[in-house]
Amino acid sequence: MEIIGTALNRVDARDKVTGMAKYTGDLVGPHALIAKVLHSTFANGLVTSFDLSEAWKVPGVVDIVTCFDVPDIQFPTAGHPWSTDKKHQDIADRKLLNTRVRFYGDDIAAVVAENEIAATEAVRKIKVSYEEYQPLLTIEAAMQAGAGAIHDERPGNVVVRSSYEIGSFEDAIKEPGLIRIEGDYETPIVQHCHIEKALSFAYMEAGKIVIVSATQIPHIIRRICSQALGIGFGDLRIIKPYIGGGFGNRQDALTEPLNAFLTMRVGGRPVKLEYTREETFCCTRVRHAMKFHIVSYVRADGTFAARSIVAYSNQGAYASHAHALVANAVNGFRMMYPQGAIKSEAYTVYTNLPTAGAMRAYGIPQIGFALESHVDDIARATGLDTIDLRTRNMMKLGYVDPPTSITCHSTGLAECIQKGEAYLKYRQKREAYAAQTGLVRKGVGMAIFCYKTGVYPISLETSACRMVLNQDGSLQLQMGATEIGQGADTVFAMMAAETLGMTMDKIHVMSRQDTDTTPYDTGAYASRQTYVSGMAVKKTAESLKSKILDFAAFMLNKEAWDLDIKDNQIVRKNMGTPLISVAEVAVESCYSLTNSTHIAAEESHHCSDNTYAFGVCFAEIEVDIPMCQIKVLDIINVHDSGRLINRQTAEGQVHGGMSMGLGYGLYEYLKFDPKTGRMLNDNLLDYKLMTAMDTPELNAAFVETDDPTGPYGNKALGEPPVIPVAPALRNALLNATGVAVNSIPLNPEKLFFAFERAGILS
Amino acid sequence: MTRKTVTCTINGKRREFSIDVRSSLSEMLRGEASLDSIKHGCDVGECGACTVLIDGRPFNSCIYLAVWAEGKEILTLEGLTDTKGTISDIQQAFMDEGAVQCGFCTPGFIMSSIPIITSDTPASREEIRKQVSGNLCRCTGYENIVNAIEKTQKKRIEERKGSGKK
Ligand code: FES
Ligand code: FES
Repeated sequence: MEIIGTALNRVDARDKVTGMAKYTGDLVGPHALIAKVLHSTFANGLVTSFDLSEAWKVPGVVDIVTCFDVPDIQFPTAGHPWSTDKKHQDIADRKLLNTRVRFYGDDIAAVVAENEIAATEAVRKIKVSYEEYQPLLTIEAAMQAGAGAIHDERPGNVVVRSSYEIGSFEDAIKEPGLIRIEGDYETPIVQHCHIEKALSFAYMEAGKIVIVSATQIPHIIRRICSQALGIGFGDLRIIKPYIGGGFGNRQDALTEPLNAFLTMRVGGRPVKLEYTREETFCCTRVRHAMKFHIVSYVRADGTFAARSIVAYSNQGAYASHAHALVANAVNGFRMMYPQGAIKSEAYTVYTNLPTAGAMRAYGIPQIGFALESHVDDIARATGLDTIDLRTRNMMKLGYVDPPTSITCHSTGLAECIQKGEAYLKYRQKREAYAAQTGLVRKGVGMAIFCYKTGVYPISLETSACRMVLNQDGSLQLQMGATEIGQGADTVFAMMAAETLGMTMDKIHVMSRQDTDTTPYDTGAYASRQTYVSGMAVKKTAESLKSKILDFAAFMLNKEAWDLDIKDNQIVRKNMGTPLISVAEVAVESCYSLTNSTHIAAEESHHCSDNTYAFGVCFAEIEVDIPMCQIKVLDIINVHDSGRLINRQTAEGQVHGGMSMGLGYGLYEYLKFDPKTGRMLNDNLLDYKLMTAMDTPELNAAFVETDDPTGPYGNKALGEPPVIPVAPALRNALLNATGVAVNSIPLNPEKLFFAFERAGILS
Repeated sequence: MTRKTVTCTINGKRREFSIDVRSSLSEMLRGEASLDSIKHGCDVGECGACTVLIDGRPFNSCIYLAVWAEGKEILTLEGLTDTKGTISDIQQAFMDEGAVQCGFCTPGFIMSSIPIITSDTPASREEIRKQVSGNLCRCTGYENIVNAIEKTQKKRIEERKGSGKK
């Protein structure tokens, strides 16, 4: 391969460094109306009436809608491919505006005005009367006997409970000589914090509602809006320009359905609905907080005889992606170490907190923290080596996961561990740091992970691509799959160039999706795009190439099977001497007076396979015990993501994920008023997002395998880097201090109490 | 609504705008001057996406009143590309180092880096990190951004040495 595997600049880099790249907010015309949403200031209750008289008096107000004016339709918001099987459909549990309020910040009314100041002022002047109920802010409160139902359809507030058992746990634990290790682990609610706020603008044109939105999933947004408004798919058109990050938050319908309704209300005039940063924090989606109880039975040699897990996931007010997250987490618990009997029970529970949805790595950072912390706890209890323990029990090549049949087609995990170990000199340092006594101590930690690349067989995996040849021998590449910052457009262009035998400058990526013209794809989520959509590129490129060669054969009076394309030239196969250029073929195909034809290709790929990516994080930290502070001295992630498509963007994904993982492990959490459920740190000052100063130098390394199922031997890379960082830090803290802290973030407040309990604060 | 006329220099050109006195500089630059490189990530001075240079110093234009711009010299990202479309070395470095992902923070970062790369005193990576810590990026982990700034700074110092300028 000539292009795949090199390090190339992004195809959109120039537009982005010059300010030419257009994002949603840059496309709104100057005369758009501005919409603002009124959010509830109570977490659990019922809106009984509004007094709009003062709000209507604000000059510039065009329309006011309340929860009493919206269609009586409950709709789902999760960005999953739709399932035609009723049992697998997403839970439809919200309306465009809600009378029954379920969290502090719920959408209850909206104003459309001539300008932002008028809209904001009118929202402030709406008076609301409501009945308030006791907010249920924790899983325990929501599950308590007698707790009121947050949704009538789910008395008891459990959205879904699921369980599985591989082998017999009860029989397995009867084996003599087993060591029992037990632990509770907890992860917090955090937010995606893409720097572009949540927004869309909507208008009507040619009888259609057009929504321009910062979304990861334009085709799915069209389906959700059609359901929410009770109108046809064809009545809607979704346009997705460049977006300022997604990380899963935009794998959900956010502002779009309401905005579509608002433009209909004002006769199709353009309406912009842009959330503030505070609203983006509170009223979009967050990462599920989860709690895990793990029990392991381990043999003296370190092999796992039996393990059990009970998991609780805090869903917040609305179902969104619901149980899919914790189900993914407990499946990950099984897949990572598929040894012995394994038993799981998982609950997703409604509470009166902001809605949790998809976020980078979809439940796996949560289980990753619990599981990898637990494995170090096992090592401590048994005296076994942390690396040996993992390699003995971890997933091996050829593993077939019993419930899903997902097969381990390739693995470089053992090599990843070796590489990371050698870089950090982990074993040597771990021993050296084991018995420190000072106030400032060092520690090393590590954690591994496995990650499913796509969503097969849980959900549909389909993707389409179109290529249209231009007269100069270049082509437009159009994907349903979306660029969300991860570099999708660039790797698609590389794949196209590689397969076609053309150079990168000949591939024009049409980055913007428009559901009226863009081929179908479910969008950017999971780590599916290079794997699933990449195959659509490959198939389309092969198809286009054969059309080019057919025409060239006609022109040259040769056989198409004997021709190939190399560096934009038609050549004899295996000879390489250029016969004619692709551009000449393109011109002739277009203008031939006898045989003109439009050379274009479109193919779709229905993927029915999946594969695991792997990796490891090794970290060295310094702990200032009296200050209760952790400083990261050195950190490396080593990934097996199959063959790399673009080294530059691959590395960038790892850096970004590591940074998010560092934030997850050390600083980030959303805080709520325990009485009212109001979010307390809904801004970028009080929410501790990693800055350049907080971030250590990040090292990204790879072990390349050639996955037989990936279009170019590649597998997941976008999400995984976030997974192993937090547990590696926690295990480094354990190594440094002997104190096991089982919840994140490992911030000074948490460390203070942990160190005090351990009696090392003197 | 009170309006006022503001006269200032934007990217080397003298401009005059009649604006609502309540507008921020970022609103004026985006709305009146169509300089869309200025992004809004928070509107309250937390994220740095709206950074522009005012008389050579980086400011969050979202919390800088447009009326304060009277008589000032303002440089935005658009001003770094010359009339022939040639981009500056720092923009090129952001491309080459992979310092751009979603790109939403990029204009602000490039503007914040200008005082560093134009300074005669070399800044360590630590100092670079400190100087751009008012700019938030969720995509890159900052590693390649720091690389791009560091490389451009070194290159410029070399160039100045070479040309004998101070
Ligand atoms: S928009 Fe100005 S600092 Fe965030
Ligand atoms: S590149 Fe996306 S926020 Fe920086």
